[in-house]
Amino acid sequence: MKKRIIAAVLAGCMCITLLYGCGNSKKADNGKDSLTLFNYGEYIDPDVLDQFTEETGIEIKYEEALTPEEMYTKYKSGAIKYDLMCTSDYMIQKLIDEGELQKIDINSMEYKDNIDQKYWKLSNDIDPGNQYSVPYFWGTVGILYNTKKVKEPIDSWEVLFNHEYSGEIIMQNSIRDLYMVALKYLGYSLNTEDEDELRAAQNLLLEQKADVQAYLVDEARDEVVAENAVMAVIYSGEAYLGEEYNEDLAYVIPKEGSNLWVDSWCVTKYCKNPENAETFLNFLCRDDIAQKNFDYIYYSTPNNAVIDSLPEEDKNNEALVPSEDATDNCEVSKKLPDDTTKLMNYLWKELKAE
Amino acid sequence: MVDRIKDYLSRFYIVFIFIFLYAPILVMIVLSFNASRSRVIWGGFTLDWYTQLFASNEVMEALTTTIILAVASATIATLIGTIGAIGINAMREKNYKLVLAFTNIPMLNADIVTGIALMLWFVRFMPLGFGSVLIAHITFNIPYVILSVMPKIRQMNLSVYEAARDLGANALYAFMKITLPQLMGGIMSGFFMAFTMSMDDFAITYFTKGAGVNTLSTMIYSQIRKGIKPEMYALSTLIFAFVFVILLLVNYVPKMKKRGGR
Amino acid sequence: MENKRKLNKRTWFSMPYILWIIGFTVIPLLVIFQDAFVTPEGGFTAQNVLAIFEPVHLKSMLLSLEIALACTLICMLLAYPLVLALRRLKLGRQGFLLFVLILPMWMNFILRLLAWQMILSKNGILNMLLGFIGISPLPIANTWISILIGVVYDYLPFMILPIYNAIAEIDEDIIEAAKDLGAGGFTIFKKIILPLSVPGLLSGIVMVFVPSMTSFVVSDVLGGGKIQLIGNVIEQEFTKNVDWNLGSGLSVSLMIFVLISMAFTMKNDPEGKESAIW
Repeated sequence: MKKRIIAAVLAGCMCITLLYGCGNSKKADNGKDSLTLFNYGEYIDPDVLDQFTEETGIEIKYEEALTPEEMYTKYKSGAIKYDLMCTSDYMIQKLIDEGELQKIDINSMEYKDNIDQKYWKLSNDIDPGNQYSVPYFWGTVGILYNTKKVKEPIDSWEVLFNHEYSGEIIMQNSIRDLYMVALKYLGYSLNTEDEDELRAAQNLLLEQKADVQAYLVDEARDEVVAENAVMAVIYSGEAYLGEEYNEDLAYVIPKEGSNLWVDSWCVTKYCKNPENAETFLNFLCRDDIAQKNFDYIYYSTPNNAVIDSLPEEDKNNEALVPSEDATDNCEVSKKLPDDTTKLMNYLWKELKAE
Repeated sequence: MVDRIKDYLSRFYIVFIFIFLYAPILVMIVLSFNASRSRVIWGGFTLDWYTQLFASNEVMEALTTTIILAVASATIATLIGTIGAIGINAMREKNYKLVLAFTNIPMLNADIVTGIALMLWFVRFMPLGFGSVLIAHITFNIPYVILSVMPKIRQMNLSVYEAARDLGANALYAFMKITLPQLMGGIMSGFFMAFTMSMDDFAITYFTKGAGVNTLSTMIYSQIRKGIKPEMYALSTLIFAFVFVILLLVNYVPKMKKRGGR
Repeated sequence: MENKRKLNKRTWFSMPYILWIIGFTVIPLLVIFQDAFVTPEGGFTAQNVLAIFEPVHLKSMLLSLEIALACTLICMLLAYPLVLALRRLKLGRQGFLLFVLILPMWMNFILRLLAWQMILSKNGILNMLLGFIGISPLPIANTWISILIGVVYDYLPFMILPIYNAIAEIDEDIIEAAKDLGAGGFTIFKKIILPLSVPGLLSGIVMVFVPSMTSFVVSDVLGGGKIQLIGNVIEQEFTKNVDWNLGSGLSVSLMIFVLISMAFTMKNDPEGKESAIW
């Protein structure tokens, strides 16, 4: 009998632990004036969040992820009711299509004109009418290469496929960006839904695999900086950082065109206080705040106030402020139909298993 | 002579294994003094990261959460696991095997699957927060406790306990005085194992944590894209040095006292 | 009789634990099983579980198996001499050295893996050191060899600790007696140490083989994304392709596979008694 009591007491202890845990998280959940944000890692200056709370009294709870898909997984599980999310072009389109987002009253935002008309137009591709998202940072995908180790300046995706730099190439380790390179090189759209075009890209990539040193996302920059590889397909923001560390490096957007990406903030359907969310979005567009974030992240910004204050040398940096010519052939990644996504996932596994 | 050669070989081999285990730790320590933000460039010697480390609320908060989580989950897991093991040991052969088979399940799944499954399950009845991570950690810690305690229980001499009871000791007293000391080794190793696993986990924590809860693992993960902040290497170095010094003290101070006493 | 009843009463002690595994191990497992056998529309399907036999997945599975087996074997080969050396030098009695073995695990594992990447990369520390002594650089970065080094590094302590535990319990007198009777070092190892360390070895095999079979982070960081293990496929289905049904299905088949191989190993353990980890 005694033992049964002990067992019961222990079971009780467990329950108390559970309740304590629940109680704790509930406490943090009840405040009316709080916003839960979901963003990429290291993608905002922490001071900006503090300043926002100071100025408005709205508490911020902050969560980070590395990839849009990871965000989608966590968001869709409904485990955490995020108010605002910052994610990438095709994912925003997907969320809009699935009815996960709320419309934002963009016209009432005081600083909306800080975002150049050009970027509202760009964003229009994935968010028709600019009703759901506010551009935050943008950039391109290109080749970061070591000028001392190549014979002539690079201007085309061709160097990745002509076997000349076998073992010295780093490709992107994400499905859309990897296939984008092959599709663009072959002259197709990166949003293609045509199976034959995708298969052609697949053959090209299969043939290339022996020449590839590694498929990386985040570490690609370090590998080129450390001169473990001659060139890498990389995001422009990372390329700019790479150039800071190793002055032999250069970044180019190949002439065949590339991916033009936009990361934007949007408000989810769970947000109970859209005014607070809009206050935050407006805050992000304000001159001094945009400047702070830019100084922290150093990606291409759509904010005119910041662009104007750039030093002259940075204004001409292809990784930071790409010229109009270079982005001429570039496209924004759009959401693909499920069948195409499935096919690409399969091709990717086939390529990786090879 | 042969014995001496064998002694040398043994020493050499032990050193070899320790170099293997500590090589990456050494790299981390070196990086913590690197003035350059990039991990692949040596920018000269600096102690800046150590000062910045203590100035950062975020890092200190994550460190506190990590330690509280590790201690709490290891303690609760040790409690449930030890008592559970005593109970399981008393089961009939068939049940005994069945329960032990289930015990191994958390180890059979990839972390990420366990993490997502727990997340999907938690969502149905409780909000994610510190509590949910704690439960998840306890869940994957218990098997290590059971695996450590079980062999000690099987080796345990039950008759001493029975004798104590016959001589009039009550059950609790007999347990504290007889059973517990015999199990202590297993319990302690189970606790440390659990503590270690909790400190080291990323995937399960990532999927079961609520907004704003950060452990060192999840914090470091979010920095991968832009490059790990050197403060993280400084923090690791400090943790390492701290634990190492404690270990040395625990190991050598009692010996020295003994010698002095003689 | 009296004794038996006491034992049975004692089974009540396991109640909190059993409730706990039902609540947080068995039910989440059922969640996975449900996802594995269900189509997105809600019907029944075995397709996701059988998907393991598709060439793409099978290839990754076999590669994982090879790496897990190699890792387990190497860990065994590294652990035995270490344990014998520790015993020979009478080190580790107070657990100090064993503690030092686990200590690296208290450092964050992402940081440790990144450090390994720096050691093994093309212009990395290893090749630099080799260059000093005039050996040409080893091209092991981003190959299965570096993945193998990574998993062996990660799980070696799990092999050393239980074997040490089992061997530490061997009475020195037995070995002395064998020596007096004229047994050589190898005979002693074969006839005494090896058989008596079997329970520890079995624990070690489980603790090394299972996680190295399902791991995906090591291959992600050290394999340069060129090598796809079954863990990577599952991880991708969950976090990149958002196909939870296929991810769960593959997890279920992986689990069945690991369970079968474990049952096979445990058959050699007649008493059902595993040795302590530490």
